[in-house]
Amino acid sequence: MKLHELTIHEAHELLKKKEISSKELTQAVFDRIGEVEARVNAYITVANEAAMKQAEIADRMISQGRISPLTGIPLAIKDLMCTQGLRTSCASKILENFIPPYDATVIEKLRSQNAVIVGKTNMDEFAMGSSNENSGVKITCNPWDPTRIPGGSSGGSAAAVAADMCIASLGSDTGGSIRQPASHCGVVGMKPTYGRVSRFGLVAFASSLDQIGPLTKDVRDCAILMNAISAYDPKDSTSVPKDVPDYTTSLKNGGLRGVTIGIPKEYQGAEGIDPDVSRSIDKAVETVKSLGAECVEVSLPHSKYVVAVYYVIAPSEASSNLARYDGVRYGFRNKDADGLMEMYKSTRSSGFGPEVRRRIIIGTYCLSAGYYDAYYGKASQVRTLIMEDFRKAFESCDAILSPVAPTPAFPIGENTDDPLTMYLSDIFTLSANLAGIAGMSLPCGFSKDGLPIGLQIMGKHFNEETLLRIAYNFEQATDFHQRKPSL
Amino acid sequence: MKITKEEVLYVANLARLDMDEASVDKFSDQIGKILEYVDTLNQVDTEGVNPTSHAIFLNNAFREDEEKEHLERDFSLGNAPEKEDGCFLVPKVIN
Repeated sequence: MKLHELTIHEAHELLKKKEISSKELTQAVFDRIGEVEARVNAYITVANEAAMKQAEIADRMISQGRISPLTGIPLAIKDLMCTQGLRTSCASKILENFIPPYDATVIEKLRSQNAVIVGKTNMDEFAMGSSNENSGVKITCNPWDPTRIPGGSSGGSAAAVAADMCIASLGSDTGGSIRQPASHCGVVGMKPTYGRVSRFGLVAFASSLDQIGPLTKDVRDCAILMNAISAYDPKDSTSVPKDVPDYTTSLKNGGLRGVTIGIPKEYQGAEGIDPDVSRSIDKAVETVKSLGAECVEVSLPHSKYVVAVYYVIAPSEASSNLARYDGVRYGFRNKDADGLMEMYKSTRSSGFGPEVRRRIIIGTYCLSAGYYDAYYGKASQVRTLIMEDFRKAFESCDAILSPVAPTPAFPIGENTDDPLTMYLSDIFTLSANLAGIAGMSLPCGFSKDGLPIGLQIMGKHFNEETLLRIAYNFEQATDFHQRKPSL
Repeated sequence: MKITKEEVLYVANLARLDMDEASVDKFSDQIGKILEYVDTLNQVDTEGVNPTSHAIFLNNAFREDEEKEHLERDFSLGNAPEKEDGCFLVPKVIN
């Protein structure tokens, strides 16, 4: 048995029966990291010493019979969630030495179960990107084909799960940043409903769109992590005071009778969809039907405006959020600058990478006097129409199925000089963030070249349970999640 | 071109970013293309449509104004690039 290949629930059973210790499990994960990290580049920081101490404490808890679902489980965290005493860089030079003085609420929740934090994973700088190529540190490689991107922005988290360099991980999703890398790396990823999970201690990119969520080896692990991180938090005034169900009760293998699935007609035959992706999604729809679900056509008439709306709203919010990096209170400062204004400018210009600067400029432009109504105002109105599309679609279905990304993972370097083409690849994932609804990705096939393909399931606000039920039944009926990349 | 070099420089200054000539050229070209694409939004009739800035309905999150635990001063200053006498130190503001 290879311990690093275990899922959360498998490892939990063995820990509970005391057949393995958390120290053995954590060491196995570090051995695996040592073996493959040079080829994957998933981590920015590996917290070897602290993790082994946490494992020791977890083992002591377990020996006293105090075990929770995550006790002693080695987890990886995207490098934009604050971890007290452990560097949190956002893959940016401007935060390269930032040591958070506090934990994000999600981290507190993991620690309260005595989970083990293995390290911090690579990402596009400030989560701005779909490929990990915008990381200011290094480029993570796709474990299925190291010449290709792992997806982004939570590419390090997805690659670490796919390559068994952790048992599971947390990412964040502003426009697809959990679901798209999950799809490209062949793992399960969920973006919860906006407000389900606290954003306190998550470094802000676009505050009305950001959500933290799990990346895992199977659907059961996704439910277990959702149980751990979902909750109202007084420290995040946009988190929603709503009871959290036990998500593992949705994992019933009783088929999908009574479930109605919507297939958006606007997504059918859409331009630029790879034939392997279409084929896999069509087959997934057949599988869901064979499990008893009824499929209906739905319409999302404003789908073609989603990319334009997102690339006004997200950069606008980002330009405001990133104003705080001024070299005064934390982070990098250019100390050679003459005077305060020069210090601000030279610090920000050399601290931020090109994509972050590009988005700050776009956002500042869209919010500036004379352009606000034409850009930010207009995009916010079309956002209302996009939300309305989903509200209407969910009158006739319980969940919507679609591709996650139009193509499997593309080669590193293919789109780096053409930001617009890169943005257009987010077409299927952006709308869930704009509408605030839940979305997940799970493995549903492989391309001719052996690259994973993900199925997206989107559901109503706070209806993660339906997504998990569909995903669990689909997973039980297929074996895509059992395949491993050969590294 | 959708956005001129002068506009890029003007906005860069608002955002407190320096920009060399090569970046101005590249950015005005790339951002121009992105803004041209964004102009497809003008095809949508939004007459009378309310804007959305937040996707979930929430009332104002009020709380009691109570004293709570906070970070100790030294802790708050722990990441400061430069500090002096328990304060953040900044370069000269007025010459």
